[in-house]
Amino acid sequence: MTSSFLRRFRTGFSVVVLISLVFVFIDYRSFVPEKIKTYFLYFQFVPSLIKFIHLKTIAAAGFLVVLGLTLFTGRTYCSFLCPLGITQDIFSRAGGKIRKKFRRFGFKKPFTIIRYTLLGITLFVTIIWGIYLVTLLDPFSVFGRFMTYFGKPVVLVINNFMAGIFGKFDLYFLSHNEIKGFQVIAYIIPAAFLILVGSMSFLKGRLYCNMICPVGTLLGLLSKVSFLRIKFNIDKCSRCGRCAIACKSSCIDFLNYRVDVTRCIDCFDCISTCPDKAISYGVVSIRKAVHKTDESKRKFVAASLLMLFGLARLARGQEKSVPVPKRESTVKENKTFPVCPPGAGSFEHFTKNCIACSLCITACPNNVLQPAVRQYGIAGLMQPVMNYHRSFCTYNCTVCTEVCPTNALKPLALEAKKLTQLGKAIFIKDNCIVKTEKTACGACSESCPTKAVYMIPYEGNLLIPETNQDICTGCGHCEFACPTVPYKAIFVDGNPVHLAAQKPENEQSEMTTPVEFPF
Amino acid sequence: MRRRDFFKTSVGAGLAAGAAMSLGGYGKLWASSPASASYDMIAIMGGSPEAMFDLGIQELGGISAFVKKGQKVLVKPNIGWDVVPDLAANTNPLLVKRIIEHCFKAGAKEVYVFDHSCDNWVNTYKNSGIEKAAKAAGAKVVPANSENYYQKVEIPGGVKLKSAKVHELLLETDVFINVPILKDHNSTRMTGCLKNNMGLVWDRGFWHSNNLHQCIADYALFEKKPAVNILDCYNVMVKHGPQGVSKEDIVQMKSMIITTDWVAGDAAAAKMLGLDPARIDYIPIAHKMGLGNMNLDSLNIKRIKM
Repeated sequence: MTSSFLRRFRTGFSVVVLISLVFVFIDYRSFVPEKIKTYFLYFQFVPSLIKFIHLKTIAAAGFLVVLGLTLFTGRTYCSFLCPLGITQDIFSRAGGKIRKKFRRFGFKKPFTIIRYTLLGITLFVTIIWGIYLVTLLDPFSVFGRFMTYFGKPVVLVINNFMAGIFGKFDLYFLSHNEIKGFQVIAYIIPAAFLILVGSMSFLKGRLYCNMICPVGTLLGLLSKVSFLRIKFNIDKCSRCGRCAIACKSSCIDFLNYRVDVTRCIDCFDCISTCPDKAISYGVVSIRKAVHKTDESKRKFVAASLLMLFGLARLARGQEKSVPVPKRESTVKENKTFPVCPPGAGSFEHFTKNCIACSLCITACPNNVLQPAVRQYGIAGLMQPVMNYHRSFCTYNCTVCTEVCPTNALKPLALEAKKLTQLGKAIFIKDNCIVKTEKTACGACSESCPTKAVYMIPYEGNLLIPETNQDICTGCGHCEFACPTVPYKAIFVDGNPVHLAAQKPENEQSEMTTPVEFPF
Repeated sequence: MRRRDFFKTSVGAGLAAGAAMSLGGYGKLWASSPASASYDMIAIMGGSPEAMFDLGIQELGGISAFVKKGQKVLVKPNIGWDVVPDLAANTNPLLVKRIIEHCFKAGAKEVYVFDHSCDNWVNTYKNSGIEKAAKAAGAKVVPANSENYYQKVEIPGGVKLKSAKVHELLLETDVFINVPILKDHNSTRMTGCLKNNMGLVWDRGFWHSNNLHQCIADYALFEKKPAVNILDCYNVMVKHGPQGVSKEDIVQMKSMIITTDWVAGDAAAAKMLGLDPARIDYIPIAHKMGLGNMNLDSLNIKRIKM
């Protein structure tokens, strides 16, 4: 096909995909049910792959479709379905608009060693050690973090501004949503990637996809045997070179009539650009490209990678010197395990399968899920953890388990979730207001949905909390509600393996319907 | 700065208007309907929430004794918990709806409903059935989930609570109608009229950590007081309050207390739960501070059985 329809189709399709995925991440009012959102994520390669490893069902086979598609059409995934790729196209377009006169992509040699090394290391580390590098580099996760860390707050700022204006006119269909950031350290990697991906695409088109992205490299390898690809009609070609200049992947060597299929993302820009209609998309025989290395580029890439990982290390270094706030309550909460979200099953299953795409973090209506800084160790940086100083887990809610695209959080029916024990409430009497101030409080027990925290008689007319861990779900509402600072008088210690909570027993009250007023 | 000024003026105007109106309301009550005004409290038993309210408010001269034409009204139920209406953790939605209807009938310009909920506010508003019921009656259901909606006010004479951040609509409305539900409460033993105020303010944690009972009583000093308290005792959570665990916690009492004296209302409510009002610390504290009368024997109570 030589028609410019291909490019228009690609543009239209990718815009729809991008809008859907942006919406999935910033839908702060839950307009769309979580179940439907998961359909939008079906074709996301890495999440689908991880989910498939666990479930081995058609419901998680989106990545197989992508592999098949790649064998047939080349790296169409990168142009049509990858949200990070489409985002880069927007950056790249902006770069082209601003630097119109100077923007020349032109043919460049591939960064063969860097990209295959990165792919190799990623695979090796993932198989031998854990999911850390996938978490760091998976384009869906990178995109998800952009949306969660930077996109949603912007939307909320706009929402709050509008809510303020409408509020003046006595209209309350928009509500003010408090914007609470994450811990600063959690921003370092997403910010570094925003700068890296943003500047690379702004200046160099799809360089990130063709040098760093392991999914891009993997699909590029498969593309070597793909059926459909970009090809030249040598008779028609006038060797004007416009295709090479327009190529975001810098993969068209027009002098030799060659297209590097491992880097071509099937954006079809070249087809639309060609004045001779000499470029088309169709069946072609396989050719081999010649490689030459470019030292300066290599140095640049090595330096930016060093910076990237260096930043992460720096972050870990800073974490140790967090200032201790003024002590009021005296006994430190002794958390032996962090609390993993519902559906995690166990600490181990969760940290091995979560790619920190942050979808659950942004979807959580209570904002109790926060990116981990050190709770799960270095490898678990940015994976979601329940933060009960920030908020608590709503008893009647299963949103996070519904949206998780990798099955790191397994779906839980509401009734099952209500009987899942994420952790156990532990009461520290020496911090409790009732003991230290000798006044009533009961904020913890008031909040407890199962009455695993209840009040027993204390000195005088006072009541003091006591816990029944058998029926505790570890929702953390008690810890959140407890007013003591800096240490809470009640906290939830995570279960390394989630347990079954017993159903709270309850007997009918002895009181009966009155027939006379008691006053 | 401009926004703050706007608030200051509007709050000031609202307060002035509110004070004037509520005075006017009370004045009218005493002047025009002396027979009905002689009651300090109406207690009704045996009907549906709507029927009991219709009858009870009639004894006080109808809602028009409190709500004047063109006024803005705040109806403040308890919408604290993400719990269905049958489990009676939140005010009965049928009652809320009926009160709003009465307000509009009396010529209210606008009726607002909100509560600073304990559970997630979106779920709470929805699952309590109150959002739907209030909207059906024509009220505006307003968010109270963000500190942005709250204004700092002084509480002169407060022992522990000397200031509070209250919802801006409490200040901007002309009439405040308190619509709590009677429940057991794990630490204060009972929640009713006075404790319902905790849903008007932002920083409840301060109350909990600074002598809860004293703070509850202190807040009642604040100048914007309810024109009338309508205490829902239809389904009553007699244990595991204030949130409840299951329907075993509920006793159907089919009752209602309507009063302009919230301390008296709470004293009567305590007796409904079989408790001695003197054991619920904030009641005697509020009584001593002159905020109301807990001695039910000295009050003129109209008891109605349907």
